Formats: sequence, C-alpha cells, structure tokens
Amino acid sequence: MKYAYYPGCSLERSSVAYDVSVREVADALGIELVEIDDWNCCGATEYFSQDELVACSVVARNLSLVDPELDQLIASCAACYLNLKKTDRLMVEHPDLNAKVNEALAAGGLSYPAGRVRVRHLLDVIHSDVGEAAIREKVLRPLTHLRVAPYYGCQVVRPFGDFDNPEYPMKLDELFGWLGADVVDYPAKTHCCSGHMTQISEVQAFELIRRLLQSAVDRRADMILCMCPMCQLNLDAYQRRVNGYFKTDFRMPIVFFTQVMGLGLGIAADRLGFGKEIVPAMPVLEDKLGPGALESVA
Amino acid sequence: MITVPTDERGVTFLDDVVKETPGGERITHCMQCGSCGGSCPNGPEMDHTPRELIALIRAGQRERVLASNTMWCCVSCYACTSRCPQDIPVTDIMYALKRMSLREGLAKTDAPALARTFTGLLDKYGRSFEFGLASRFYLFNRPLAMLKMGPLGLSMFTRGRMALIPTKIRQLDQLQLIIRKARELGASS
Repeated sequence: MKYAYYPGCSLERSSVAYDVSVREVADALGIELVEIDDWNCCGATEYFSQDELVACSVVARNLSLVDPELDQLIASCAACYLNLKKTDRLMVEHPDLNAKVNEALAAGGLSYPAGRVRVRHLLDVIHSDVGEAAIREKVLRPLTHLRVAPYYGCQVVRPFGDFDNPEYPMKLDELFGWLGADVVDYPAKTHCCSGHMTQISEVQAFELIRRLLQSAVDRRADMILCMCPMCQLNLDAYQRRVNGYFKTDFRMPIVFFTQVMGLGLGIAADRLGFGKEIVPAMPVLEDKLGPGALESVA
Repeated sequence: MITVPTDERGVTFLDDVVKETPGGERITHCMQCGSCGGSCPNGPEMDHTPRELIALIRAGQRERVLASNTMWCCVSCYACTSRCPQDIPVTDIMYALKRMSLREGLAKTDAPALARTFTGLLDKYGRSFEFGLASRFYLFNRPLAMLKMGPLGLSMFTRGRMALIPTKIRQLDQLQLIIRKARELGASS
C-alpha cells in the first residue's frame, strides 16, 4: 500500500510526536508514505480569511506536487486534511476558480487537474484499507485496562470528511477496540477545542477546553486521544492555565492516537514521541498497561 | 413596495456576499431556524449569531455586518455548515465576510492581525513559523499578554516543540510567483 503523504507544518515541530508515531505505525502496518517533495504550508484558516484565490493556490501547489504515479494523498493533521480536500472540491465544483488557480500555478510552472488526487485522512486509511483483521493480527501488546477517550475534533469529520459520521463518528472508537483498549463513550468527541480562540478570547477558549477535559474525567478516561495538532496543543499546553482559571485540578494526558496505537503494535514508547506532551502520559501508561509497557515487544 | 438598499452599482449587499462565497446562493434559502447559532461553540462571544447575521445580510445592513465580531469568532469547526437543514455553507460565508470586512477596513478586532502575521510568514518561508507568529503577534498587538504566554512557550520549547528559527522550502521563488499571480487574478476579478 503506497500513498503520497502531506505531514504539514505542525508535525515538523509542535506536534513532532504525531509525525514520528505516524511514520512508525505506517511502517508497522505496511503503509508506504511518499512525502510530497518540498511541500508548503496549507495556510490553515488564515489565507481563506483574506484571499480565497491565494488560499486555494497555495494548497493546490501541494496537490500538484503529488507524485504522478500516486492518486491518493494521506494527511494526518486535521486542518491540512480539510484544506486539501476543500480546495480540490472547490476546484471540481467551480470551473472559474479552477481556471484561475491553474493560471496561478502556471506562474510557477505547475498545474493540477481538479479531482486527480483523492485526499484521505490517515485514520480512514488505517481503518478501511488496512482493516480490522490485519490490525488485530498485529497487536503485540493489547491495550487492556487502558481507558481512552477518542477525540475527533471538528475538521476531520465535518463537512468534507466522507468516511465517518460528522455528529458521532466511531472509526477511532472501533480501532481502539481492535487494539484491546477500554474505549469510553465520549460525548464531547466532536466538540470544538476552541481552535485559535485562545488568541481571540482566552476565557471563552478556556471554557471550551474545560468542558472537554471534564467530560473525559466524568467517563473516568485515562487519557484523551487526538488526531489534530491544534486539539492536542489546546488541551495539553493550556491545561495548566485552565486549571489556574477555574481552580480545577485536571491532569489529563493528551496524546495522538498513533502514539498509543504504536504501543499496541509493540513499538517502544521512545520511538513514538512520548515525553513531548506537557501533561505526562508515560506514568499513566505504565500504571495501566503494567511493567515493560513502554518497551518494545519483539 | 419594500426594497433592500442597493449601492451605486445597483447591487445589494446580499449580491456581494453571494458573489464572494462559493455556493453562496444557498443563503436565500435560510429559514432562520437558528441551528447555526445553536451549534456554534463561540456563540456567546459574538455580537450577532450567524442566524442574525444572515438576516442582516438579507436586510442590506452592510456596515453592521462587516463591523461585527461574529466572523472573527468563527474558528472553522463547521458545525453550522454540517447541521444547516438548508445546506447553506455558513462557515464559508464567515470567510467571505472576513475578506469583505478586511477589504472595506471595517474589522474591529485584532484577529485580522493574527491572520496577516500568519500568512506573512507563509509568504516569506513557505512554512508556518509558530515562534515567529506568537512573538510578532503579541509584541505588536498585545505586549502585556506576552508575560502570561511565557511559561507556555517555555514548556513547549524545553520539550523541543518550538523552533526559534523557521524552516524554508527550497522552491520559495516558485511559491511566491504563484501567490503573486493569484493575488493579481483575485484583485482583477
């Protein structure tokens, strides 16, 4: 199984734990990732706020750089996934926009035929293309007794995501069931992490983060599994300030789903980016999964 | 007959919003049910909910809409878009209103400064640069708030999650040519 891969800027640094664990898990599952050469930033939400044509052209440069032999592209960051998928869809549905984007690309000697690349989220590929049987077969360390809250966030499931229910998705729940984890029914699973609201109205952002943490605590979750760098950052890095503001005592580890999945596949914690999170996850993992939980299983 | 105001070009504000939004013509199907506002995580921060904003757009209230903080509180979670029973691309309307509000100089928050700082760095390096974004945005817009952000930045830095120098793409010239051309094409349409 070979796919083009777009890591995105967050995975280079602030969410490097996601990047290393994505690559480890992909390797263990036989997914070959061909990184787009010299990819650029997807523009997050910030270019669409200013200039739609530039926003689409910046994204389309990445689509045009996908290896011509490949027609499927995996993104793991939720915002990148959305932008790649949205731009391709806008180009398919609006011929006028498509023509202009291609005119802009041509200034850089590039072109992109709308609809050529199918953009997919990593979770979709793991769940559908690898599938239950192959994954169950590869579990070397069942995640028994680990209570995980699967957190999908917004942009993977809405509105361009086409592989799961936008209101109450289940693919991540199912995946962790195959890995043997105790998956909690997490009612906040698609609630907003506050996005960049932390930079606009902190108090409002703190309240949204508090609700997500409280909901996980109420379900006695040991940790929250993320699939978006922004969700991970807001819940992890702002947790101390949320505690300060509400006089709460949340100590909820926030990790990427691929990190914990990697443990289930027998990969050692030090190859999965553990320790990058601000609220420590490793003591909880050792406590729940037993001695040797962080070492590799041969 | 009651009519909605038009400008010197003979077009209504609604026409402008529709033109600026892909799929924007759906806005005339709004039945004011309020699913958008009810689904919005940041509704409490907004001076008008998305439902109200759509009514104001249709009523031709250009300045009230474009000076509103509503679209700047939108974090693109797409809950409204996904739930709208009339298939109105509410999030994309918010993006359109942000662009129009910037062009007409009516934006009142410092959210546009955040957006401009972000894309300024993208134009310069081809990748986003979190340290550059945070330091520039706070220094020029909220110098006092920098102090509160310090510990967070430090804990990110000590875990190797924040770089002090940006990553540049190799073919920066190519990206910049594309951006320049797109900007020209957008301005002329």
